Amino acid sequence: MDNHPLLSIRHLTTVFEMPGRSVHAVDDVSFDIGRGEVFGLVGESGCGKSATCRSILRLFAGAPARIRQGAILFNGRDLLQLDETKMSDVRGAEISMIFQDPMTSLNPTMRIGEQIAEGLRRHQRLSGPQSRRAAQELLGEVGVSRPETRVADYPHQFSGGMRQRVMIAIALACRPQLLIADEPTTALDVTIQDQILKLLLRIRDEYGMSILLVTHDLGVVAQTCDRVAVMYAGRIAELADTRSLLKFPRHPYSRALLNSIPGQEEASAELVPIPGSPPDLSAPLAGCRFHPRCSHALAECTAAPPDLLMVRPGQATACIRHGILS
Amino acid sequence: MTEAPLLDIRSVSMSFPARRGLAAVLGGTKPRELKAVREVSLQLQSGETVGLVGESGCGKSTLGRCIAGLYKPTSGEILYRGEPLHASENRAEAPRRVQMIFQDPYASLNPRMTIAQTLSEVLSVHSLAKGRHNITERVDRLLTIVGLSPKLQAQLPHSFSGGQRQRISIARALAVEPEIIIADEPVSALDVSIQAQIINLFIRLREELHLAYLFIAHDLNVVRHVSHRVAVMYLGQIVELAPSQELFRNPGHPYTNALLSAIPKPDPDQRSRAISLEGELPDPHSPPPGCSFHTRCPIAIARCTIEAPKLLEHAPSRWVRCHRAFEIRAHNLKPPSTIHT
Repeated sequence: MDNHPLLSIRHLTTVFEMPGRSVHAVDDVSFDIGRGEVFGLVGESGCGKSATCRSILRLFAGAPARIRQGAILFNGRDLLQLDETKMSDVRGAEISMIFQDPMTSLNPTMRIGEQIAEGLRRHQRLSGPQSRRAAQELLGEVGVSRPETRVADYPHQFSGGMRQRVMIAIALACRPQLLIADEPTTALDVTIQDQILKLLLRIRDEYGMSILLVTHDLGVVAQTCDRVAVMYAGRIAELADTRSLLKFPRHPYSRALLNSIPGQEEASAELVPIPGSPPDLSAPLAGCRFHPRCSHALAECTAAPPDLLMVRPGQATACIRHGILS
Repeated sequence: MTEAPLLDIRSVSMSFPARRGLAAVLGGTKPRELKAVREVSLQLQSGETVGLVGESGCGKSTLGRCIAGLYKPTSGEILYRGEPLHASENRAEAPRRVQMIFQDPYASLNPRMTIAQTLSEVLSVHSLAKGRHNITERVDRLLTIVGLSPKLQAQLPHSFSGGQRQRISIARALAVEPEIIIADEPVSALDVSIQAQIINLFIRLREELHLAYLFIAHDLNVVRHVSHRVAVMYLGQIVELAPSQELFRNPGHPYTNALLSAIPKPDPDQRSRAISLEGELPDPHSPPPGCSFHTRCPIAIARCTIEAPKLLEHAPSRWVRCHRAFEIRAHNLKPPSTIHT
């Protein structure tokens, strides 16, 4: 049996080169995703969670991104060493991705069935009729009713939740080993979110694939992820199994995020917000990036960025003060 | 005699003509109507917050816009202290009583106007302050109330973060000293840590300025936190109206129950693999006969497909539109949220 993780990211550093400044979106990020694992990446806007995902597939949609250093080992092979042709064989076949807004990621002028079949013809060299039959099957599998007629429909004829199901069908078409889902339910209503998350879990069980799930919602993490990394300002603040992270957070930022979720208390007690706002990543701070907003910060916190260290089995925290939160 | 409520929404309906294709127009087909809001009645007391929840397309924003005067309801009336709110003789007064705050603070501020200009415009349009000195003083005070430094007033919106922009939108709404604020998804574009700051601001302002809010949001946790009462809408109708804590503790309508169990709980020990509500919202152009919810309802009976239920007060202050009100919890001996995996 292969005991190596499916994906191993090591010291990934991705910088967006803007005119006159560089934004350090991902700074020395390392984590592993096991086979069949749902791995969550959480954090607020601009924390680098999407940039991390896009670095894996090198899909930057024209943004001036540069991967400065690191390795992305997928089945032991460093994706960063692949040229663009080899990389496009990986995309959609071995690793696929779904996004927050399914409307902008579907082609509005193409029938749904064609969009699903396209990847099958490109990667698996299926014939036209074969790929169309497979597309119809996939559509049924992701819970679209009457797939035999709906394959001929266009994206605008689908609701938001159904479009996300179509995106999932496209992503699954070539049976990838890793599905990257970047905020897949953020644009959906809570009842539809519930349906889509459960669909993703069912697919994980049936296909045995791994999922990298990006979200800002700790509720989604609690319900779906096996392990999770909390990102803040381009770095991983804490990495742990889901239960440890949510029950015993050891990084002040993870704890603060949990405290700022409303609706936990019976009475409308005052929420504990995190003061201030995240730092500007074009002028990185010295030391821990959370220290200006941290209620536990000491003088040492301004010196060097803390390393991500094991604090308990299965839980690593980048905070020199993790002891006081135990 | 009891005093008239601050805001009394009486059987308000709002329909939009559906778009027709050219063939339908030429063929003289009667235009279909989209009934976005169907006979909604709701009262708001001074200092009270009523949360309005439901899935996209349930009519919650349309109702908010009717109250703010952005839409003229097809039927029904909206009374302010017993007087019609948007009657022609009240046209100048209405906006001073009801103000609206929108979801996207990036889109609702003029990018070419400084914060001071945005706020002073409101003050001068409504003749609330005259003379440069008075206006500056009011602008300073407004910014201080919403937790921003008056020093920032010469800046343009782009130099502010999302949370700060929402504070500016709130300051602009407060400039006319309204009594009622319609807040349409005011925190859903913000990150959680910033969201908490803005929610606390809403609560503080309510206490300090004695404001009434109609708080429209799809995030039930947020609504639970800020609201005294909650109204749940489905296909344009209120299906449940109850004091907030009671509604969350013991939902009376199966739709409310489904909405609540669909919220992902931030507790890994309470995982559920059961889907809380199957299917999607039916086409609002032709809502199902009988109870609009019966097509997705786990406890629907034959009667539900024929007879539309009325919104009835099943217990004090607990209004439910369902033939089987309060039966859902008994039906779900184990509510889906507590099944351990």
